[in-house]
Amino acid sequence: MKILPRIPPVVAQRLAVTGLWTLTAVVLATLGLIILFILWRGLPHVTWGFLTSGPGGIDEEGGILPMIVGTALVAGIGVLVAAPIGVGTAIYLTEYTREGRLTALIRFGADCLAGIPSIIFGMFGFAFFGITLHMGYSILSGALTLALMVLPTIVRTSEEAIRAVPRSYRDVSFGLGSSRWQMVTHVVLRCALPGIATGVVLSLGRAISETAVVMLTSGSSIGMPHSVFDSVRTLALHFYTIAQEFGPTPQAYATAAVLILSVLLINITAYYLMRRFVTRVR
Amino acid sequence: MRQDKIIRVLLTAVALTAIAGLALITIFLFAEGVPFIWKTGAREFFLSDDWKPTVSEHNPVPHFGILAMIVGSLEVTAGAMIVGVTLSMACAIVLTQFCPARLAAVLKPAIELLAGIPSVVYGFMGVVTLAPFISEHFGGGNGQCVLAASIVLGVMALPTITSISVDALQAVPRSYFEGAVAMGATRWQTTTMVMLRAARSGIVAAIILGMGRAIGETMAVIMIAGNSIMIPHSLLDPVRTLTANIALEIGDAAPQHREALFATGVTLFVIIMVLNSIALVVSRRRAGSAAS
Amino acid sequence: MKTALKAMAMAACLAALCSGCGGGRQRAVQVAGSTSIQPFAQMLASEYEKQQGEVKVQVQGGGSMAGIQAVSNGMAQIGMCSRDLTPEETKLYAPIVIARDGIALIVHPSNPVKGLTKEQVRAIFAGDVKNWKAVGGPDLAVTAVTREDGSGTRETFTHLVMGSRTIAPGVRVQPSNGTVRETVRSSSGTIGYISLGLVNKDVKPLEIDGVAATEQGVIEGKYTLARPFLFILKGSPTPDAKAFIDYVLSDKGQDLLVKKGLIRAK
Repeated sequence: MKILPRIPPVVAQRLAVTGLWTLTAVVLATLGLIILFILWRGLPHVTWGFLTSGPGGIDEEGGILPMIVGTALVAGIGVLVAAPIGVGTAIYLTEYTREGRLTALIRFGADCLAGIPSIIFGMFGFAFFGITLHMGYSILSGALTLALMVLPTIVRTSEEAIRAVPRSYRDVSFGLGSSRWQMVTHVVLRCALPGIATGVVLSLGRAISETAVVMLTSGSSIGMPHSVFDSVRTLALHFYTIAQEFGPTPQAYATAAVLILSVLLINITAYYLMRRFVTRVR
Repeated sequence: MRQDKIIRVLLTAVALTAIAGLALITIFLFAEGVPFIWKTGAREFFLSDDWKPTVSEHNPVPHFGILAMIVGSLEVTAGAMIVGVTLSMACAIVLTQFCPARLAAVLKPAIELLAGIPSVVYGFMGVVTLAPFISEHFGGGNGQCVLAASIVLGVMALPTITSISVDALQAVPRSYFEGAVAMGATRWQTTTMVMLRAARSGIVAAIILGMGRAIGETMAVIMIAGNSIMIPHSLLDPVRTLTANIALEIGDAAPQHREALFATGVTLFVIIMVLNSIALVVSRRRAGSAAS
Repeated sequence: MKTALKAMAMAACLAALCSGCGGGRQRAVQVAGSTSIQPFAQMLASEYEKQQGEVKVQVQGGGSMAGIQAVSNGMAQIGMCSRDLTPEETKLYAPIVIARDGIALIVHPSNPVKGLTKEQVRAIFAGDVKNWKAVGGPDLAVTAVTREDGSGTRETFTHLVMGSRTIAPGVRVQPSNGTVRETVRSSSGTIGYISLGLVNKDVKPLEIDGVAATEQGVIEGKYTLARPFLFILKGSPTPDAKAFIDYVLSDKGQDLLVKKGLIRAK
């Protein structure tokens, strides 16, 4: 038996929509303000000198050049290693094997590992690459660990992209007498490339933002690296360190600004690539 | 066709490398961690909150109980979900049901873009704005507490949950919507009685994946949660999560301590595997029911 | 085309890998450990590089225990340790004193409390004292911050101040001197302990048992919260490591440390 007075549906809708829009506005405002606040506080201090000098002194004042170089190397090498392996695996899974228990298991494994926290990869990299393989704190150790971390994502997104290519394309290619590999390179990959590229680019963004992994594998040395066996501090880790140890200083905001802009740029690139993929295949 | 054979071999090798690399991590993790749990005893490891791993004159026998951290992770994740799910559901419903298509086309990618903000930036904003606010208005010491961590993690998980939920809601066949409206339902009634119900499995999958993101977060938590080794009694108490425990101590760890941290990693791994499996099963069910 | 791209990528990786192997280039000397020593070691490393340019020295943090572990498992050649070694440790690693330092109890600059006794500090960190008015301060909740388990600073603090009492589980934990200092700076009721050499104008050091926390107090022995800064090695050092250690112990190195707030090794 209804005890409460019945709220007319139109009124109920008005209330609900107002409430939901308020919450949505809060979310958009929060997320937007975070970015705008950091850019507002940080960009004035991102000078040419800041980008081309390194930190020094007891208070680690100064620029972020070693961090930029270090981040580029660690994330770059990591993705450079993971991309061919990941795309190759995706091609293998879709074009060169039959759908079955094994491929389902591999897919499940990749999905699971894509969700594993980065600290576990970091812990593994520290113990395996750092200690067991004697790489110590090095760019290489960080890059290989990051490669493992983004590999499942690259495999899955590449696979989705390749599968989205219509079957008819493959049939036509075979009909014209191509070999499997020719079909893969000239037809499937050409169509799936934006989708694959999106996955790779997003992984690059993730690699750049990653802090826990590099802290444990590449260390946190502030000097300019001279080889892949040198320790280095990445941009995200540097921001974490100076924000935590010296507070919200201009230097911290500037580092964050550079970090956020790099990641945003990468994500926007990925977004436009995805748009191209969707329009091409559909 | 010789070329094809070579290519096939090459690709098989590549695929095997990938699988080997990923299997290596899992095997390594379990090989280091599981024997430790066996040696220490599951009860002492999982159910004791006494975590004193470093041997010193005050502590001759090391203790490895991670209960405080398990509770910490669970509490902080639960809090994050309360914050995150409320906000994401609001966004997802608004974007798909109550928003002009052109505005939604701008807002959805904007929210996804924001998923790329590094976690350390969220943690930093939490330390600089949220913690002092909590400290001034609610007490709780300097503001590093469960509440602060929950809010920060909730905001972090938000883009993930929102974008997957939006996809789920957009995948509901238009006929469901039209049918409900044709019967005289308001949009809100349609949303609650039809759309959300139809997209239910996708939304559940989104929430579970968001949960995975929250429980796996490390750096932001170290910045905002206080890292004390105790079971929190209130929202304003400091807390340490499983992830923070690993990150804070892996460098310090003597071999036995390191094994204990790997065992912590195994715990985390299993929790997330369970969550992800549930998400996969649930979303596969959605694919089946949407097709029918 | 894709094959060509992949081949290029693999070649790039190999090139990157080989860049470290080729030309007989030496690897940098890795120094890891105490966050108390880390800023000073970083400064010495960059001065050392400026001076001779050939050998690079790279410094990580992690805590004193992390330094010992790093030396033990080969991640670093030199470990930094900000406490005395235990007898077992002394058997395994050769400690070299590079400086002496004090531990300062710090509070927010707005806190009117000037000093505390050791018993009061003990009570605060053991969780007995929850409000500043119990120790002569304002009516403000006490937030205590300590270091993580493997910290040499924490070990020394526990040994010299806490004695047989343990630090309360509810005390917040931060992983380095810098983060403790920043936590104290950012919240008015906080108290923590950091290396004396890292105290700056953002925080206020307290007098302990009436003695001011200064380098002079440590030198004269009046300020008893003091500990050595050690470089530890496993076995004999590599020539590069030895050269760096010699630099740190030289007058030039020691002068740099004293200028920045530490006390000479001798």
